Amino acid sequence: MAVVLARPARAVAPTQEAPWVRRLLIGVVLLLLAVLVGAPLVVVFAEALREGWLVAVASLGDEDARSAILLTLAVAGVAVPLNAVFGIAAAWALTKFHWRGKALLLTLIDLPFSVSPVVAGLCIVLLFGANSLVGGWLVASGYPIVFAVPGIVLATMFITFPFVARELVPLMTEQGKSEEEAALTLGASGWRTFRTVTLPNIRWALLYGVLLCNARAMGEFGAVAVVSGKIRGQTATMPIMIEMLYNEYQGIAAFSMAALLTLLALLTLALKSFLEWRHADQLRATGRH
Amino acid sequence: MSASVRGLALRSPSPIPGWGLSVGITVTLLSLVVLLPIGALILRAAQVGPVELWDVINRPRTLAALLLSFRAALVAALFNLVFGLLLAWVLVRYRFPGRGLVDAAVDLPFALPTAVAGIALTALYAPNGAFGAPLRDWFGVQVAYTEVGIWIALIFVGLPFVVRTVQPVIAEIEKEVEEVSATLGASRLTTLRRVVLPMLLPALLTGFALALARAVGEYGSVIFIAGNIPLVTEIAPLLIVIRLEEFDYDGAVAIAIAMLGISFAMLLVINLIQVWSRRMTAGS
Repeated sequence: MAVVLARPARAVAPTQEAPWVRRLLIGVVLLLLAVLVGAPLVVVFAEALREGWLVAVASLGDEDARSAILLTLAVAGVAVPLNAVFGIAAAWALTKFHWRGKALLLTLIDLPFSVSPVVAGLCIVLLFGANSLVGGWLVASGYPIVFAVPGIVLATMFITFPFVARELVPLMTEQGKSEEEAALTLGASGWRTFRTVTLPNIRWALLYGVLLCNARAMGEFGAVAVVSGKIRGQTATMPIMIEMLYNEYQGIAAFSMAALLTLLALLTLALKSFLEWRHADQLRATGRH
Repeated sequence: MSASVRGLALRSPSPIPGWGLSVGITVTLLSLVVLLPIGALILRAAQVGPVELWDVINRPRTLAALLLSFRAALVAALFNLVFGLLLAWVLVRYRFPGRGLVDAAVDLPFALPTAVAGIALTALYAPNGAFGAPLRDWFGVQVAYTEVGIWIALIFVGLPFVVRTVQPVIAEIEKEVEEVSATLGASRLTTLRRVVLPMLLPALLTGFALALARAVGEYGSVIFIAGNIPLVTEIAPLLIVIRLEEFDYDGAVAIAIAMLGISFAMLLVINLIQVWSRRMTAGS
């Protein structure tokens, strides 16, 4: 004890690392992140703009490129709202009631995280492909799923399935159900309770989940590659188009489309950081995976 | 207020409506999108039968692809375990200019489409790329179209997992614990190793498992940089795609079943280690 008291006042606190260690660790982290994350980001734009803005933008105006962009927007426009509805329903069922099978449902919701996107695509082909019982009937009735847009939507939904639910479940568990019960006691209908009590409580977490879900949905490649059939102008999404252009040595066109998706990713990150900064208290999920 | 509400809840276990509707939507969508497709895979595997499945798996090309996928995923997840811990520690404990930007950059691999990451990394590490050229000229190392390239792609993809699981746990550590350890005469390194690290172990394992699961199945970021040489740099998901393109559905199913089986076995082992480590930390 006496020894501790005798120490000079400006010594390193015992619960901190020495200043040189801190500087070293910060330096290592910055360097590795610049190499691993920063460099790929820069290279996308550098390759896209290799022959200037005009060439890059012109390549995006190509008919197939435009149809790929529209398809990606359309697929996300269907898959993301459906997954949001699923997320809200699952979170409501899991957090407002006590029932058997909750743990099982939680596990099943997380299942897509441990399945390879390619395997997910394979599963959809096996269920809905022209050779399967269901798929054969659907094809005969004129509603093909695989190698058509519905299959792409299904594959995208599979991959992004847990995103919204995983943001909402922890938050709604924490919030409990007393506010809803109060509203119901005061005579509000179930739907009105949800709209005026629950929804305002979860809106930022919902937006956060939708944001992540959308980023992943627009960028999904492996599962879509298996089910899409890669028909140019029909079932080629933006990531599929990137692969085709890249394999045809159309570097600038491939990287221009990649740059467009990268801008979307950067926008997603900016909005996500904004939400984390502005509404941290209403996003219990912050910092969690 | 809260007491009366609790009283109400006790009287009637679920005064909240919408159970049927919410469970109905949940189960319908879950079945249609996830369970039935996975069921179709398992059903197909059952129809093919274990002998034939093993026959497909037990071929040099399939075995090499499976071994490569799991080996590379393990290498990348181990790298991310160490780097992710370091990154989380620096982000929570240190203050430096640009910290917010670094924190946001950690999530880029989540947000960036895998195909974009794949062609970007290939452009960087190709023999004439910004990193590839100096690596080749100065060190004689080739990264693109080798297994090292696959490691790089999987490290990129798995980067956020450990950071994001460990970060909140570090933030919750109470300073007093470290102070007590220091007061009792432990050096900083001893405190970190014997006091802090055990507290982080469950979160580290969770992040490791997530990164590993993601890396094993990864396809988009790998196929561009891997070179895809059979027996050498051909990953298991790519072999599934190749089998499908040959309309060899049984072959694809066999590889998928092998991947699922090994993945679940690995996750089970990690879960058991986690339970054990929680018990160890709770006991001490």
